[in-house]
Amino acid sequence: MALLQIAEPGQSRNPHARRIAIGIDLGTTNSLVASMRNAIPEVLKSENGQTMLPSIVRYLDNGNTQAGYEALAHAVQDPKNTIVSVKRLMGRGLKDISHAHNLPYDFVDTSGMLKIQTIQGEKSPVEISAQILARLRQLAEDSFSDEIEGAVITVPAYFDDAQRQATKDAAQLAGIHVLRLLNEPTAAALAYGLDHGSEGVYAIFDLGGGTFDISILRLSKGVFEVLATGGDSALGGDDFDHALMRDLLQNIELQEISASDQRALILKCRDLKETLSSHHTVLFEFTFATGQSLQRTVTADDFATLTQPLINRALLGVKKAMKDAAMTVADIQGVVMVGGATRMPHVQAAVAHYFQKTPLNDLNPDEVVALGAARQADLLVGNKNKNDEWLLLDVIPLSLGVEMMGGLVEKIIPRNTPIPVAIAQDFTTFKDGQTALAVHVLQGERELAQDCRSLGKFELRGIPPMVAGAARIRVTYQVDADGLLSVSAKEEKSGVTASIEVKPSYGLADGEIARMLSESFQTAAGDMVLRALREEQVEAMRLIDAVNNSLNSDSNLLSPEEVHVITQALSTLKESASHSQEIDVLRKDITTLAQVTEEFAARRMNANIRRALTGKNVKDID
Amino acid sequence: MVAANHSESNHGFADYFEFFALPQQFRVDLQALDRAYLKIQQEVHPDKFVRSSDSEKRQSLQIATYANTAHQTLKHGIRRGIYLCGLKGFDPQLETNTSMPKEFLMQQMALREEMDEARGDLAALTVIQEQANRELKKQMDEIELQFDTFDKPELAMLHLRAALFFERLLEELDHQMMVAST
Repeated sequence: MALLQIAEPGQSRNPHARRIAIGIDLGTTNSLVASMRNAIPEVLKSENGQTMLPSIVRYLDNGNTQAGYEALAHAVQDPKNTIVSVKRLMGRGLKDISHAHNLPYDFVDTSGMLKIQTIQGEKSPVEISAQILARLRQLAEDSFSDEIEGAVITVPAYFDDAQRQATKDAAQLAGIHVLRLLNEPTAAALAYGLDHGSEGVYAIFDLGGGTFDISILRLSKGVFEVLATGGDSALGGDDFDHALMRDLLQNIELQEISASDQRALILKCRDLKETLSSHHTVLFEFTFATGQSLQRTVTADDFATLTQPLINRALLGVKKAMKDAAMTVADIQGVVMVGGATRMPHVQAAVAHYFQKTPLNDLNPDEVVALGAARQADLLVGNKNKNDEWLLLDVIPLSLGVEMMGGLVEKIIPRNTPIPVAIAQDFTTFKDGQTALAVHVLQGERELAQDCRSLGKFELRGIPPMVAGAARIRVTYQVDADGLLSVSAKEEKSGVTASIEVKPSYGLADGEIARMLSESFQTAAGDMVLRALREEQVEAMRLIDAVNNSLNSDSNLLSPEEVHVITQALSTLKESASHSQEIDVLRKDITTLAQVTEEFAARRMNANIRRALTGKNVKDID
Repeated sequence: MVAANHSESNHGFADYFEFFALPQQFRVDLQALDRAYLKIQQEVHPDKFVRSSDSEKRQSLQIATYANTAHQTLKHGIRRGIYLCGLKGFDPQLETNTSMPKEFLMQQMALREEMDEARGDLAALTVIQEQANRELKKQMDEIELQFDTFDKPELAMLHLRAALFFERLLEELDHQMMVAST
């Protein structure tokens, strides 16, 4: 764990210093971290000069873990404890993994997210991903010898709520403050600098190691508006490797294939795929542990024919997204290629053919997502001037619905709705005196609940007993700017806030995260307390700064009495932030200041909107 | 389990029209609407408040959410009409009241039959789509006339219901055309 820098209480560190923020591309095959240096985004290099960290984690019997190249070196020899492509398992149950039998792990099928049995016990995909993220955090801290303010972490645009939440949980577990989850195609558009003077509609075609995304974006005056997004969160370069492997195995008589052979063969198939991008004919040779050998000549044309169904799947996603965006091929200004798998010539050709134009691919497709994430992270921590800003407006990739009688799904938020978004729905009881109600929330496009992804079951308790049909329980589904769902409920007649017990189908309970935190990083208890206090102090200073700034610019929105109440709460918090070591006192004073400024915040927001629309001078919000 | 209509806090604005500084009427300058929407999001989007207090973050989330709902509602003609009916004190009863003139229902049935017969035939489906689009346009023009010229929301309401029939038909046509083209 990095040493915490504690400034003299009441003083912030150099206020003009640039805040350090990083962008992380947590990929299926490789992961990268990037940051801004001299106004240019740059991928950070390890001591060995490597930019990419293979997304591989190995658990050793001595309690240590390896990640990246170190783990890759043992992938064949120790397949059961060396986890590759964990991203494909995020937020997934065992039944969701179509090719589980092709994977060499000992899966543990739990009711929620699957786990893998390793030499260090059961590990969830969240814990495994956290190991990768922790390495990237370390790399960034070493590069800057300073504290990292926060990170933007990219996810496939097509990731559902469970997959997004799992990614955020992994970051928390790795001790990273997540500024924002950013969709990979949007990050790529940022890296291409499409915000600089490019106007029009662009398509971002992102075929990664394990996921496929297509986004249709409209750019105008520094605003990136996602019109539609689509894809397949289980389609990527990996599938091209598997297609090759299946084809090669089909033509030989084979008894049983060991886990090591399987791992070695799949890696060999990946090499074959990559070689076929620049060679027309390749001789493939492999010797199994049994001594049996496999030899075959594979041509680029064979490979193209073999994988045409995969490309067709991607193109079908493209067509759907174009339809959702209400765009035709002629409307598209440019096509950006992202992801290592777009290096395959037949993928390039298929995309060029569909869009009738040569795709843009002058940036390294492996780095482009991390570079864009670094730009966004830099913007979010406030390192930009007002005239150098841009805004990303995103959408929810998959419809949200609730299960109705008979297992049918009623859609409450259709896919491609701009986020943040909230929908309220009223429910009533159907029995006299009923005090509880269950709601099953789903995500997906299918009509039957069993065909959609279950996000969670919510049980509303504490409804005051009334005759059937008299209660009016308003359930509000809020999707935030990260695409994450939260649910709240209230009985309208009595004003009772029904308590919600959330049983996320694939997520982790809060307690589970705390357990993993203490387990996997062996944080000393003293460190935890110190860190928590430090976090509250930072929060207090942030709040004090924010309120001071608001008072300076907009105190005319308040009555003298209101100003008085706020300044009092402000000085109380200043006092406790500088002198108190009691975390509870600090928390109480933060809450008080937050409460007394709630209405002020609302009025300022309102005033800003009116100013923006009437064209009068907009005062700086900062 | 019964789901009913939704309402929300207005954040100090009279309605969606006032929020975007647009006149309260059915005819909307869509470009002005988009411009106002983007201006507002540039002020209130949560990305502008990453380093602000929790109260401001919460406010930003709520009002950015409101801006999205307001924009989506005013952007789509039918949703805008339904919303405007509500503002004028008329409940369009779209869920409960499906009674339509007999001739209208006959026309709908005929169109649906044609669609079924054209299954898999992209050209034939396109012809039906064009016809349905023309009919929808007629209804939308009528809605505008009833709201903005005659101030008769109760009549606009009838045409809104008809428009909804065409919209559903068009959705199904879209689906059929997608199937036919793959």
